[in-house]
Parts: sequence; C-alpha cells; structure tokens
Amino acid sequence: MNYRWDWSVLIREPFADWLWSGVLLTLAISLLSWAVALTIGIVVGIARSAPSRTARLVAGIYIDVFRSVPPLVQLFLWYFVFPEMVPDSVGLWLKRDLPYPEIVTAVLAIGLFAGARVAEQVRAGIEAVGAPLLPAALATGLRPLQAFRLIALPLGLRAIVGPLTSEFLITIKLSSLSLTIGVLELTAQSRHVENYTFQGFEAFTFATIGYLVIGLCATGLMRLIDNRLGGAALRKATA
Amino acid sequence: MIVLDDVHKFYGSQQILRGCSATISLGEVVVVCGPSGSGKSTLIKCINGLVPFERGSITVDGVSVSSPETDLPALRARIGMVFQSFELYPHMTALQNVSLAQVHVLKRSQKEADERSVKILTRVGLGGKLGNRPAELSGGQQQRVSIARALAMNPQAMLFDEPTSALDPEMINEVLEVMQELAVEGMTMIVVTHEMGFAQRVANRVLFMDRGEIVEDTPKDQFFTAPSSERAKQFLNQVLTH
Repeated sequence: MNYRWDWSVLIREPFADWLWSGVLLTLAISLLSWAVALTIGIVVGIARSAPSRTARLVAGIYIDVFRSVPPLVQLFLWYFVFPEMVPDSVGLWLKRDLPYPEIVTAVLAIGLFAGARVAEQVRAGIEAVGAPLLPAALATGLRPLQAFRLIALPLGLRAIVGPLTSEFLITIKLSSLSLTIGVLELTAQSRHVENYTFQGFEAFTFATIGYLVIGLCATGLMRLIDNRLGGAALRKATA
Repeated sequence: MIVLDDVHKFYGSQQILRGCSATISLGEVVVVCGPSGSGKSTLIKCINGLVPFERGSITVDGVSVSSPETDLPALRARIGMVFQSFELYPHMTALQNVSLAQVHVLKRSQKEADERSVKILTRVGLGGKLGNRPAELSGGQQQRVSIARALAMNPQAMLFDEPTSALDPEMINEVLEVMQELAVEGMTMIVVTHEMGFAQRVANRVLFMDRGEIVEDTPKDQFFTAPSSERAKQFLNQVLTH
C-alpha cells in the first residue's frame, strides 16, 4: 500500500479543532439523548407494568413501534417527513425557528428509539425483581401505589443498572447516525478531515479511539453506580 | 376473632379450597398442617386478602375481607404476616425494613418508628444487626427481621406461612423460640408448619388439611394421640416417624 502517513493532521489547525468539536458534539448528543431515553424509558416502563390495561396497551404499542423501525429511518422520518405532516405553522416553525434543528431532531429521534429499549428493561426489572416483593409489602398494610413506589419500582430500577450499560453504549454509537441529517459530530468531522487532507486512516483512528474512550468511560460509570446500588446481588437473588 | 365460613378458591378450573370453615378466637394459637398441595398456604393468604377467593366469607373482628367496601390495607395493617422465604426488602437495612410500614401506614415519625424498630429487633435478638442488609444476615436472622417487621405494626394477630421451611436445620430453633415467646404472651397466631414439635408445645388447636378441605379441627392433644380421620393418621405416621 502506498500511503503517506501523516499524524500531524490530528494536531494541525483547523483539523484538530474540527475533530475536537466533533468529540464534544458526540458527547452532547449522547448524553442528551440518553437523558431523553431514561426519562421516556422509566415512564413507559412503569406504564407497561401498570394495572390499567389501557396504559399497558399504549406503552406496548410505543415499545413495539419504536423498537422495530430502524433508527436511521426514524431519524429521517422526524427530520424530513414529520415537519410536512404537521399543520403548516408548526412545520414552518420546525424548519425555520427551531434552534439547532438537526441536533434537536437527532437527540429526540435517538432518545425515542433508545427509550423504547430502556422501557423494556424497566418493565423486566420491575417484573423480575420488584413485583415478587409486592405481597410482602401489601401484607404490612401499604396501599398498592405505596408498595409500588416504595418497593417494586426502586428495586426494579436498581436491578437494571447493569443491563442498561448496553443501552447506554448503543445510544452513544447511534449519535453517529446524526451525520446523515448534517450534524457535524465525531464521525462526520473525521470524514470532513479525510476529504480535506486525504489522511482518512489518521482521522478515523482518532474517531475509533474517541468512541472507545467514551464507551469505556460510560461502562465504568454504569459499573460504579451498579456497585453502589448492589445491583448484582439483586439480580442474583432472583435468579 | 377470625371467622372462615365455607371458603372456596379456584385457580381456573382447579379447585384449591373446598368449603373451609373455622373460627379462631383471641389469643389462640392454631397450627395448620397437612400434605403439600393441600391448600394451607392459600388458606392463610386468603385471611389477609392477598389471595382472593370465589365463595364463602372471612371476617376479621367482624370486618369482611372480601367485601369491596372493606379498607383492605387498613385490615392488613392489623394482621402481621411472615412468609416462607422471608420476603425482606433487599435494598434496605434491617432497621429500614422494620420501620418502613410504620412510617407510611401508621404515620409514625421516622424517629418514633426507628425507636420502636430498635426495641423490637433487640427483642428478637438482632439488636446488633440494625444496619445490616438481608444479604448480610443468615436465614434465621432474616426470618426474625421479618417477624419484627410484622410485630412493629402492633398487630392483633399473626399469620405464619411455613416460617421455617426455607431454613437450615440449625436455624429453625431460633425462629421457633421467638414464635413461642409470642404465643406465651398471648398473641393470636395461625401457623402453617410441618414442625410438629412446635405444634405439640405451643398450639391450642390443630387444623389438618387435605385436598383443599379442613379434615380435622381438634384440640392439640387429641390430634396427636387420637386423630379421628384416616388421612390425619397417615400424615402423622409419615411426619413423626422420619
């Protein structure tokens, strides 16, 4: 292979600047969409475990739809199709006045997709670890809602921190999809550098290591929280 | 105090309880025994409404368990229950396990509840384990925390669902001793158990169940010396000879 390696592109301006802004944007999109996913996941996961049939049905439809459609398709639907389907005034606002429309759309689309997956974990945690203790809690005179809020939910959530690590990693990696609607995150900036310098190997090595470091940090963080909460013991206790 | 009248329970087409009737008066200790699958656990769980039943009635202090107007949580708060597998909250310490319902059901202040929890945990011999989580306790200790959790609510009666079946042999006695003390103090107790020694020492009456029926409801001495039914005789032969 006749390739002239030149690692200096990684520290030369403006390329270094591009790559680091990509890292920051990837971090921002990952964290924001993870926050969206957790919020939606917990709410929908609770609804999925609720006694109300309607709540369970609506939550089930949400989970099935958002888990089954490819996230890339969902991203396009939200960015290109959704603004055309809503009333004109809303569509115009989405296209013209919404600040950082690509980033906001990416965060919401990825968050909604990952939220469906988180919701299933929440439901499973409540079902497997939390719910078995409901009779004991009810026997002490707690009302059903109290028993759920004080025992089943906190136990279920503690038990799933470990398994949620994978969902967190998926969410981080999905942030790279947002380049398709024009967000200049880490993958997009690496391509950008390649296009200008023809030093694609260096640029994508940077991206690879960048994702690896972010992923390892995320894994470490989740493990730390899991240890604090004693999640492993909870999962074993019910196995 | 607790009156069961013709209680029937079905799981789908399978009948678990076939017309169980019994009366338990204040201060009585009643042991429920019988082969597995005879409906003992189901019956005891019907008493505090954890398991709904299809026909018949159960009243506690005159309050119907199955009536839709009954405030079931309030009724449950007056009846303590101890489960076979302890069912402690694994994310909480022994103290928190015992205090939780006092705070959220009886509306005691956290301080008041904790004081009472310390007193009761000390009484069951766990004064030194207040800050331990269930996973750090032995089975016998966990079951005693579970008894303390029920006692902390000042119950009028206690239900025990095979409280020693999940325990290693060397831990059974520490739990039975706590239960025996309770009985001596005059607590009304319904105990599902295979511990015939406990029944002989502590029970006033024995209910023998088989295939969803209360086959025998007799004073303790008569049950062990002269059971009237053939099935009870067979059962006693099996559990007493091994």
